[in-house]
Amino acid sequence: MTLWLSFVAAGVLASLAGALWRVWRGPRRADRMMGAQLVGTGGVAVLMLLAPLGSWAALDVALVLALLAALAAVGFVKATSPDGAGDPEEEEETPRRKADG
Amino acid sequence: MADVATVVLTGIGLFFFLAGTAGLMRFPDTFSRLHALTKADNLGLGFIALGVAFQAATWREVALLALIWALALLAAGTVSQLVARAALGEEETR
Repeated sequence: MTLWLSFVAAGVLASLAGALWRVWRGPRRADRMMGAQLVGTGGVAVLMLLAPLGSWAALDVALVLALLAALAAVGFVKATSPDGAGDPEEEEETPRRKADG
Repeated sequence: MADVATVVLTGIGLFFFLAGTAGLMRFPDTFSRLHALTKADNLGLGFIALGVAFQAATWREVALLALIWALALLAAGTVSQLVARAALGEEETR
């Protein structure tokens, strides 16, 4: 059982590598943010898988990591549009800073 | 019996994770990648959480796993909306 859980954790780490490739190559900022979010979720998955192997305290760490991944994306959205709402209808009045591609 | 369930469920979870990541890497457009990403997040993580829940000794771990998955579901849903809106304004560069 430990062998299988470690194998699945290694598989999830491989998917993390794919996400990092997207972060490196992603033409636009949103792609890089998506890659970062997948890294966060992959981290949560690995922690979950290693919890039964190591100590079950890893679940608390996974909970915090899931929360931080969400807050990182909120930080990204706040950076692109000043009021952070990112509402297309409301964008017309406030001309937004042209985000680089 | 619990081990068999764990093996099967974590295997399905891993499959969805890899499918989501392959989608994230292969899809041509930002928004289709976002689509693939949320699949990996919700389904992959959900099946892995379900699989690991069979290994849990006490009910506390099962509750914690369910909590993490619920948070990941909510976070992935809202975050993909936010990122999509943030990406909507930028010029279309491939």
